[in-house]
Amino acid sequence: MTALAHVPTGSGQSAPPPASRRGRYRLLPYLLLLPGTAWLFLFFALPLLQLAAASLYDPSGSLSTGYAMTWAFSNYWDAFQAYWPHFVRSFVYSAIALVLALLMGYPLAYGIAQKAGRWKNLLLVCVVAPMFTSFLVRTLAWKTILSDNGWLVGLLRDVHLLGPDGRLLATPVAVVLGLTYNFLPFLVLPLYASLERLDYRLLEAASDLYASPLRAFRRVTLPLSMPGMIAGTLLFFIPATGDYINAELLGTPNEYMIGNVIDSAFLVRLDYPQGAALSFLLMAAILAIVFVYLRKAGTEEVL
Amino acid sequence: MRRWLADRWVMGVALLVLGYLSLPILVVAGLSFNRPSSRLSYDFNEFTLDNWRHPCATSAMCDAVVRSMEIGLIATVVSTILGTLMAFALVRHGFRGRSGINGLIFLPMATPELVMGTSLLALFVAAGVPQGFWTIVIAHVMFCVSFVVVTVKARLAGMDRRLEEAAMDLYASEWQTFRRITLPLVLPGIVAAALLAFSLSFDDFIITNFNAGTTVTFPMYVWGAAQRGIPPQVNVIGTAMFVIALLLVGAGSLRGRRARRANLAAPVAGGGQAKPAS
Repeated sequence: MTALAHVPTGSGQSAPPPASRRGRYRLLPYLLLLPGTAWLFLFFALPLLQLAAASLYDPSGSLSTGYAMTWAFSNYWDAFQAYWPHFVRSFVYSAIALVLALLMGYPLAYGIAQKAGRWKNLLLVCVVAPMFTSFLVRTLAWKTILSDNGWLVGLLRDVHLLGPDGRLLATPVAVVLGLTYNFLPFLVLPLYASLERLDYRLLEAASDLYASPLRAFRRVTLPLSMPGMIAGTLLFFIPATGDYINAELLGTPNEYMIGNVIDSAFLVRLDYPQGAALSFLLMAAILAIVFVYLRKAGTEEVL
Repeated sequence: MRRWLADRWVMGVALLVLGYLSLPILVVAGLSFNRPSSRLSYDFNEFTLDNWRHPCATSAMCDAVVRSMEIGLIATVVSTILGTLMAFALVRHGFRGRSGINGLIFLPMATPELVMGTSLLALFVAAGVPQGFWTIVIAHVMFCVSFVVVTVKARLAGMDRRLEEAAMDLYASEWQTFRRITLPLVLPGIVAAALLAFSLSFDDFIITNFNAGTTVTFPMYVWGAAQRGIPPQVNVIGTAMFVIALLLVGAGSLRGRRARRANLAAPVAGGGQAKPAS
């Protein structure tokens, strides 16, 4: 522990430490890294390998009789064929939620970063505040807000945006609203971080050069906020696509996403090979989208 | 005039969005004073203080809260220690395989929780490990470590190394330098990381759900109760958590402000880069 404080490349340091001490320092970083790395290897990397193996088990096995490794690549195709609508639904819901979140999150991040003045910190706390309390309890609160007897449904019925029997709860609208709500702070925070560094004088320069506000936004603000936008959309999209809590609590089986299927494959139907294959398909799909997105967005270094 | 309108327009939308974000918390706080008409009803019925007076009327819920706290505390201590050591190695030392380690730290944050949960389940089942309290702790430490590393790293990287060099120049031993200079300067980062780890652990549902066996944490309890009817005391716990976290943040920012003012008052003694709290 003592050597934690050692500064290996101090500016203008005098003589290098004696050789024996340097030997100790060469090992030190590995000692510091060992416990954490071992933990991540054992309980993050190794399980992924085990999951990959499980996805190739003979699907006719069961938990009680045991599984045989048969390299059954057909598990992937079977799982996809059986559940592709859930995959499509997951990506459609989280894409719509992402668009909504950008429409709401951008003005929010911009407002806090550039217009809030001395209220900045207070408003930032308000953005994070929802995360202070339980995710599940907050999602259940949406059940109250969207309930058939609630004021929101009443209001929408009165202005005829909803039919007299129209409802919000147990519809795709509720699930998308829940997704948008639950992951919005993850989008806003990185966006805020990059908008906060935006130099307002650049916008003044643009307007001095006869750019309309819209054009100034498109040519100056938007490109400069790109790093935050990329990080934020990924932090939103990855958990939203894998989420199944909103679909379970606010929707019906008609709104179930791929997460619900994986959850029941592992915990209800106990079909491990299928659950594992679905998990990997989900991860592969997300990675592919993230990869294409990063290529399109033109940045290699994110986060 | 147009600029004025544009300014107000953005702030108007921003406040509306903040309203959207705050609405569920207000509902949770409101429902904590509700006497529901039936077990499966989520609508506001009648004002009562009973839920706050008897928060443990449903003892299974309070057991679950206590279990979540135990798991949270153990996972926080372990992940904070592991993550802080890793952060020191990454910021302060050169070594081979840095990019591999960085990848191993980054990947858990980019992997869907669902996949981490199912893969750990697959491992525990294959290895014949019975699931319960300790498998939850293992899982929580795993996903908290990365966040601890990132948080502590940020604090370490922003630190002025000349302070440590000055201490060494003034004949402080390495241990003294670490104890008196490095640790106090990094401590806010470590505390922030620990708080983050605790809140991540306390609130985790997805990974826990796959690795809990029959152990019931607070989120697991809420999930199970959602099928059979939620006791209103769940909202009491939700509101209390929110208030406690808010008080912690408030206390932290107050301390930070006082420290900054102290720095300004004594620019020679305490000024410069040495900020005891952020």
